Amino acid sequence: MLEVRDLHAAVDGKEILKGLTLSVKPGEVHAIMGPNGSGKSTLSNVLAGRDGYEITSGEVLFEGKPVADMETEERARAGIFLAFQYPVEIPGVSNMEFLKASLEAVRAAQGKEPLDAVSLLRRAREACQQVNLDQQFLKRGVNEGFSGGEKKRNEIMQMMLLEPKLALLDETDSGLDIDALQVVAKGVNALRSPDRAIVLVTHYQRLLDYIVPDHVHVLAGGRIIKSGGKELALELEQKGYGWLTGEEESA
Amino acid sequence: MSTDAEIDKLVRREYAAGFTTSVESETLPPGLDEGVIRHISARKGEPEWLLEWRLEAYRKWLTMTPPEWAHIHHPPIDFNEVSYFSAPKSMADRPQSLDEVDPELLRTYEKLGIPLHEQAALAGVAVDAVFDSVSIGTTFRGKLKEAGVIFCSISEAVHEYPDLIKDHLGSVVPQGDNFYAALNSAVFSDGSFVYIPKGVKCPMELSTYFRINEAKTGQFERTLIVADEGSQVSYLEGCTAPMRDENQLHAAVVELVARKDAKIKYSTVQNWYPGDEEGRGGIYNFVTKRGVAYENAHISWTQVETGSAITWKYPSVILRGDNSVGEFYSVALTRGRQQADTGTKMIHLGKNTKSTIISKGISAGRSQNAYRGLVRISPRAEGARNFTQCDSLLIGDQCGAHTFPYIESRNPSATLEHEATTSKVSDDQLFLCRQRGIDTEKAVSMIVNGFCKEVFRELPMEFAVEAGKLLEVSLEGSVG
Repeated sequence: MLEVRDLHAAVDGKEILKGLTLSVKPGEVHAIMGPNGSGKSTLSNVLAGRDGYEITSGEVLFEGKPVADMETEERARAGIFLAFQYPVEIPGVSNMEFLKASLEAVRAAQGKEPLDAVSLLRRAREACQQVNLDQQFLKRGVNEGFSGGEKKRNEIMQMMLLEPKLALLDETDSGLDIDALQVVAKGVNALRSPDRAIVLVTHYQRLLDYIVPDHVHVLAGGRIIKSGGKELALELEQKGYGWLTGEEESA
Repeated sequence: MSTDAEIDKLVRREYAAGFTTSVESETLPPGLDEGVIRHISARKGEPEWLLEWRLEAYRKWLTMTPPEWAHIHHPPIDFNEVSYFSAPKSMADRPQSLDEVDPELLRTYEKLGIPLHEQAALAGVAVDAVFDSVSIGTTFRGKLKEAGVIFCSISEAVHEYPDLIKDHLGSVVPQGDNFYAALNSAVFSDGSFVYIPKGVKCPMELSTYFRINEAKTGQFERTLIVADEGSQVSYLEGCTAPMRDENQLHAAVVELVARKDAKIKYSTVQNWYPGDEEGRGGIYNFVTKRGVAYENAHISWTQVETGSAITWKYPSVILRGDNSVGEFYSVALTRGRQQADTGTKMIHLGKNTKSTIISKGISAGRSQNAYRGLVRISPRAEGARNFTQCDSLLIGDQCGAHTFPYIESRNPSATLEHEATTSKVSDDQLFLCRQRGIDTEKAVSMIVNGFCKEVFRELPMEFAVEAGKLLEVSLEGSVG
């Protein structure tokens, strides 16, 4: 589903990713871990197509097509979803209005009719319920005055509605208490399916206690320096990143 | 990068109302002197007192100079290059009903989305259509008359209701109030007159649609609304003009009188031609709007200002009676090289008077957008209250937003609150929207509409949607 080959990417002219290779198949859950400044967020932003994040060489294929040719919104419509680390507020635009515009755009790209108001509302309410978000949040401005945890749950709620093919979760666990973390994990686990891939970008392994990955990769210095199964995350938890980055240096 | 490309593509967006109607017009040659004023007055068959009133205004105007305190810049206007009267020839023999009006004129309004035939008209909205210097007709007059409501052009009102006009004309905005009001008082051509009798709630929305068509012509409309004791009315005005390279002058005066317990809601959707991206052409919109509220009366101004090269207007309320209420809700959007200096004055004279000001300024392109407001509490206005909120939204980094709030409180029991914010449509917001599949254009319009929500909900329902759409059209290509 996602093929990243020898990806080099720069932010404002500064190279952050330096030859990253990654292959994600449908049904898989990958965790990308790494110390601060290793390029984790850059990877999510490059995949989602944020302005200013430039692919300088290598390629990223999503379902066989190079994403470099696709606008941000085209990637979203094709099924790439990014749950933001810091979801931004849009005052005065209700969550419901936002969801409607988003769903309509994504469905239209898939040749589907827009949902009628009743079905839309029903689905939105169900999604809210799954992440323990009161329905009142649908009427409030997008992320407006939400707590950190509410913002993250709001992201997962949107993800459940949009049912993406590839879900990228950028540090979704940061700033969450253990209860909120469990709620978020429950939502993500509910989305696990044979035709969907999930990529978790995280600094800590605690999220992986609740969302168990199939593959774990360690990102350092803009490259994946080690890959393994879920046990790699536990090893990292015990030893930290130093032994790996150190090993890299001496190798 | 991609966003910038989209901007460039969209910036040269057409102004939808920019067409010209080809009708034969009778237009006075440019220039202003007493002869021109006499001609206008004679052409309208006005009584002697009104001619004198105009001449008095003209003599005052001659002694005055244009105001220079606003945050706007334009070359000096040569008032002798403006033509002060233009009317379609077909209107010379005064058609008795809309059926007799030149179909070309009716088509103009149809094209603007304002069908004037009552069968096709927006249900529940009566329209007075003003074309250059004359009203070409008013719909639903019969139905309104049954309720005792008078709604006609001010020219007709001068003949049919001379006492009402004599009592109220200039009673809120005196002839010499300011430079542009004095000019208007001297040469005003047409506009609407509304009278709501005691205790009557006007059964329909009233609206006037102003259209400038003729080149090199100024429009000087005059609107007067009198709501007698305990009555209620909601009135809306719309404005458009053809695209032209030269600037055109629009200097209107609107006077509102809300007697005891009366309620007037006045909404404006202003979409005069704003000029092109380089700032060529467009309407100079210099407008004086003021209402006086007697005891328990309520005056509410709502404006959505998206057009004009320059907007200079401060719809105000004199809270004369005890417990009277004044409100001002404004969305002013500037893009390209547009300049807006707009706001309000709330003059608290009565006890326990209350005013609310909500102003939303949106600046894009290389435009300049200023809020200017005055809240004055007089010594005898015990318990007066004001709440002011001024928010500015910037799109791009070449535009300007300015806030000039003035507060003069001479009574220690007054309560005044002022809040102001400035924000930007951020890259983060756009990225969030686009990551959810929403394209940039739709995202910006959603963000801007969200920003304006508090004002839009004050508009009559029929027009709230219209205003939202107008904002969409005006904004296309302003992202950057």
